[in-house]
Amino acid sequence: MPSLPPIRPEDVAVAEKTRPHGAFDPPSDAHDPVRAGYLMRLGDDALILGQRLSEWCGHAPSVEVDLSLANVALDLIGQATLLLNEAGDADTLAFKRDVLDFRNCWLVEQPNGDFARTMVRQLLFSTWQHMLYQRLTASRDEALAGIAAKAVKEVAYHRELAAEWVIRLGDGTEESTKRTLDGLAWCWRFVPELFEVDAEVEAAVSAGIAVDPRDFEAEYRAEITRALGEAGLPVPDDQRPILGGRRGHHSEHLGHLLAIMQYLPRTYPDAKW
Amino acid sequence: MPVNRYLTSMYTTELSKQPNVQPIGPAEDPERLAAFEARVAADEFIEPKDWMPEAYRRTLTRQISQHAHSEIVGMLPEGNWITRAPSLRRKAILLAKVQDEAGHGLYLYCAAETLGTSREEMIEALHSGKAKYSTIFNYPTLTWADIPAIGWLVDGAAIMNQVPLQRTSYGPYARAMVRVCKEESFHQRQGYEAMTSLANGTPEQKQMAQDAFNRWWWPSLMMFGPPDENSPNTAQSLRWRIKRETNDELRQKFVDITVPQAEFLGLTVPDPDLQWNEAKGGYDFGEIDWDEFYAVVRGEGPVARERITARREAWESNAWVREAAAAHEAKRRAKVAA
Repeated sequence: MPSLPPIRPEDVAVAEKTRPHGAFDPPSDAHDPVRAGYLMRLGDDALILGQRLSEWCGHAPSVEVDLSLANVALDLIGQATLLLNEAGDADTLAFKRDVLDFRNCWLVEQPNGDFARTMVRQLLFSTWQHMLYQRLTASRDEALAGIAAKAVKEVAYHRELAAEWVIRLGDGTEESTKRTLDGLAWCWRFVPELFEVDAEVEAAVSAGIAVDPRDFEAEYRAEITRALGEAGLPVPDDQRPILGGRRGHHSEHLGHLLAIMQYLPRTYPDAKW
Repeated sequence: MPVNRYLTSMYTTELSKQPNVQPIGPAEDPERLAAFEARVAADEFIEPKDWMPEAYRRTLTRQISQHAHSEIVGMLPEGNWITRAPSLRRKAILLAKVQDEAGHGLYLYCAAETLGTSREEMIEALHSGKAKYSTIFNYPTLTWADIPAIGWLVDGAAIMNQVPLQRTSYGPYARAMVRVCKEESFHQRQGYEAMTSLANGTPEQKQMAQDAFNRWWWPSLMMFGPPDENSPNTAQSLRWRIKRETNDELRQKFVDITVPQAEFLGLTVPDPDLQWNEAKGGYDFGEIDWDEFYAVVRGEGPVARERITARREAWESNAWVREAAAAHEAKRRAKVAA
């Protein structure tokens, strides 16, 4: 009768062996604040959106959707781990910073809302992230170029998944159209922040690490216009841009997200998990 | 796949109310039945298009859909901790695990559909309370230690149940089980590994680990089902190779394997009657609280209401998404046809 052998002490190492390459490694030594700051922006975007998406787990519209959302969340958490480990120690950065030190954009910290808003947020973010990572594969920073090269394939799928859903929902029924428009109205004011270039990004661009997002803003607008067109939805009028996330000035939502995410390491500061 | 309406009321897990051997209906052709029984006895796989007795179809549909529901409901207690996982590595592992479970649910629903019942019908049966799922998920995940405990104990017990099912007589179920078992075995190992971190951790972590072990030990033993003398479907299921070992045999095997693992972690098994029995080469263990077991099976588990409400809400509040997808697909097809 086949049965599993008892777990041996050496089995304990199994998870170690199967972890994604490079993930969870100790931080690199040389500290360059421009580089670290830029990596933190990218890493925080991925971390916070991954955290948001994982809130859907077990509550999605179908098993297939549950699977795909968990898949996207997992990719993003993986990217965040790699990026934040280049900026410092990923776990310390994720679990021991407070709101003012997080550098993510407003878009990713927005509550999930309904499935339409979640998918609109994903389309707006993943399209941007995809175009950015495509270009970051040529970054002078080898570690970042490597992470971007790995992540760009994942993000291509996120972008496609989100576009497909926005098209389905925009085109589907009266109710789904209305909900998608509401989601778009909610998220649209956060798009300009994705293309904001402040002194920190400028310095990172000059150092050959970062990409100036304005280089692909027209391409981004065209792509979003195309997807919304296919969904039968109008491109919303521009709203007053909401900015500040990159400098630590966030919405009220981020603090609550962090309170949940950080609760264990903060409650048991000496524990290793 | 055409839907057999006749089967839709057959998802209940009646407790000890069924006769031990299901009656073979008068419509069943004795020759076909004899040929079927001979194939099963020869360990051949039965495939969806093959003839099978109605009671076989019914029992399997109940068992596979119940298994699928368990995977899906099982995402809830673990999903409860994804947003609070204590490190990025633990978060990634837990996400991957819960994703595997959704995948298991999917291919089990597909396997059950080959028997002629649609997924919609199965899900409705779950939401209406007609269909059951593993009672273990009606206990709350109170602390982080519950996540390792579930991986180690609950997935461990599930594997014990499922490994023999890789040779179950129904082909699609057996093949689904091969894949499920590979992933479950990884889940169990990661659960144990995470438990090791707690057991070797701070006093608070050790306490958390012991408390989780205390709460999950007995429910894990209950996962193997009622004792053999009170297991109504066992005889028939063994004969049909739907089951390959009895509840008590599997339970004993689980105890014998798990006790040394607990000792290695320095955890105390919450059973004063537990002792090694040299003569039988296994552990003797205390009486399971069967009143508790039957109460939880009846839907009186501490968070049974929460679990089914969460599933129902996810399904109902998102009905508009499924409707929109169907409407879009219909429009797209109409355009292609035009």
